[in-house]
Amino acid sequence: MTRITDLPDTGHVLPGNRACAGCPLGIALRRITAALDGRMVLVNPASCLTVLGGMYPISSLAIPWVNCAFPSTAATASGIAAGLRATGRADEMTVVAMAGDGGTADIGIQALSGAAERNEDFIYICYDNEAYMNTGTQRSGSTPHGARTTTTWSGKRENPKDVLAIVEAHDVGYVASASAVFPEDLHDKIVAANGRAGLRYVHMNLPCPSGWGFDPKDSVRYGRLAVDAGLVALYEVADGVFRLTGRSAALAKSGLKASVAEYMAGQSRFRGVSEETIAEVQEWVDDRWSGLVARHEAGV
Amino acid sequence: MRTMTTTVMTGNEAAATAAKLARVQVVAAYPITPQSPVVETISAWVESGELPAEFVAVESEHSALSVCIGASTVGARAFTATSANGLAYMTEQVWWAAGARLPIVMCIANRAMAAPWNVLNDQQDSMSVRDAGWVQLYCRDNSEILDTTVQAFRIAEECDLPVMVCYDGFLLSHTMMPVDVPDAATVDAFLPPRPAPLQVVDPADPRNVGPVVMAAPRADADGEPHGGYFEIRADHQRALLAAAEAVERANADWAAATGRDWGGLTWDYRLDDADIVLVAAGSLATQLTVAADELRDARIAAGVLGIRCYRPFPADEIAARLAGRALAIVFDKAMSYGYEGPIAGDIKTALFGREEAPRVHGVVCGLGGRDVPVSELVDAVRRAMATPTAGAPAAPSAAIDAASTEWLGLAEKSVS
Ligand SMILES: Cc1ncc(C[n+]2csc(CCOP(=O)(O)OP(=O)(O)O)c2C)c(N)n1
Ligand code: SF4
Ligand SMILES: [Mg+2]
Repeated sequence: MTRITDLPDTGHVLPGNRACAGCPLGIALRRITAALDGRMVLVNPASCLTVLGGMYPISSLAIPWVNCAFPSTAATASGIAAGLRATGRADEMTVVAMAGDGGTADIGIQALSGAAERNEDFIYICYDNEAYMNTGTQRSGSTPHGARTTTTWSGKRENPKDVLAIVEAHDVGYVASASAVFPEDLHDKIVAANGRAGLRYVHMNLPCPSGWGFDPKDSVRYGRLAVDAGLVALYEVADGVFRLTGRSAALAKSGLKASVAEYMAGQSRFRGVSEETIAEVQEWVDDRWSGLVARHEAGV
Repeated sequence: MRTMTTTVMTGNEAAATAAKLARVQVVAAYPITPQSPVVETISAWVESGELPAEFVAVESEHSALSVCIGASTVGARAFTATSANGLAYMTEQVWWAAGARLPIVMCIANRAMAAPWNVLNDQQDSMSVRDAGWVQLYCRDNSEILDTTVQAFRIAEECDLPVMVCYDGFLLSHTMMPVDVPDAATVDAFLPPRPAPLQVVDPADPRNVGPVVMAAPRADADGEPHGGYFEIRADHQRALLAAAEAVERANADWAAATGRDWGGLTWDYRLDDADIVLVAAGSLATQLTVAADELRDARIAAGVLGIRCYRPFPADEIAARLAGRALAIVFDKAMSYGYEGPIAGDIKTALFGREEAPRVHGVVCGLGGRDVPVSELVDAVRRAMATPTAGAPAAPSAAIDAASTEWLGLAEKSVS
């Protein structure tokens, strides 16, 4: 794994943007743009990322950026990839689609499924802040069980959908989970994805101080807790070979270092969550985690 | 030497042939009756290598137009086609393509909107997106479909606007007609490769395309002011109005190259001395020429004004053509529900406050493929002539809606 001192900084993320204080989206973008050395075009639907990008005529990133309609990310990216091929420019840049969990798991899943089935040539990164943040923290298909949102006032009753499993089921060559607060792991995965063709999918956890209800200084802390508690597992599946990576690979040996209750404590979205719900989520996490460890050991 | 081959083909084949002659680079489409043969034909040509283009077999119409938007953004010549619910499903992207000022060409095999299901022809689908900022052209036969689709690419790329080429489902899309197919050299001379003076997607000169824009002007990092959303929309309106000239020029240049003149914005038939003017868009207008002949045989001075370019709306040209006539009867194959037929309403607006404006009587017909026999068109004209109040302001509402639109051939018992 690349060491943190060896991570490149290419300056494509300009100083200052419109995201909330403490938002780790900027960390992630710095890693993604640097891993690709800015030779990319970012395709982005309505989301917090749009807001981060700034308002015309000012942009917060020095990379080509194409905004697109909310449900259309994977289709617009397919069109950009096709257009670059048709005009002989495919080698000039990597097409990177980047959408939120709502834009991916919900309204954009049809276009994503179509593009994955056609094995379109681009990297799709879903940054998962676990709700529709841009429109005021409404539930998404990726909101965790127990979380309060402005459309689940007493806590969401369902578990989140496993978009990684959904995309993997399309038989694409590369899927990976990542976290915005594990920059070395994220860097390696973007580099790995960029080294291949076809549809590559990266699902990136993004702790959100505003929507989850914690102090902006604690974004990295909650991102790490999510991994330590097994709610987020860092892994990749490359050509059918499964492996846990980074911190999650270490946790596969040592056992998980945190509980769901510890993770939830201190996030206001889980305020008042019942013991019963915590136990249910813990059981769900344990189940999922042991399945992933088993896959890691089997390598498939 | 330039050659022209006459081939018998459907309207859909004419549309696909035009896309091939235009050397489209990216095609994405989704099947829907009656447009499907356009997709099937193009995909076969791409597979066989006859058309060196990218064909993206998307999972929906929303994605079809999204793919075209992406491809067009990076400079490729992009094409799609759809009908009815397919067009409605991609409506968000119809607006996006126009707002982003992308020169995409889309053929519409016009079909009725559900519910209830009906796959046959009317023009409700494209009429429902007339406000989205595309150029809209309507064709009367298969030769015009081919010629107009080729012209559409030039208009689009000259004006940085998307162009919709509309033709009646089944009546044209599935009907075989002789079509004069120009050779590649003729089309290449008329339509050069897409100009790309400004490459908006370039890592060496990064830009943020289509970001959030405030309503008011805003300064960039160097203090230079740039227009806001309001100014951008005004530019769009200016471009669309200016596109009328591009439509006329494309038609004139095409006529010079091929000998086929489709009339630019409008066309007419036996209009010069006509007192009664029958107005429509598409194949219905062709049918009106037959009705006009019958009326002329009965010594009624009827003529036809066909609308080829519906957006931008050629208001001045239409007003000039109608000046001094007694009565204009506008036949719409669509409704603006709760008001009247879209073309009728637009023509009334075009005539407002003008000297020598005729009365305008609206007739809606042919919805859901309802047969429109020439005899009924003739009867409608005779009825309107016999009713001095037809089309007059504040005509008494004998018909079923507020604007006194007549529903042609409506059965007595209309609620089933
Ligand atoms: C068709 C459509 N429906 C709804 C919206 C409103 N909308 C914009 S962003 C958004 C939520 C985005 O959520 P997500 O994708 O998770 O990104 P986040 O804001 O959380 O970063 C919604 C509902 C829209 N722009 N387009
Ligand atoms: S709402 Fe959350 S994800 Fe969105 S900008 Fe703020 S902190 Fe970042
Ligand atoms: Mg979100």
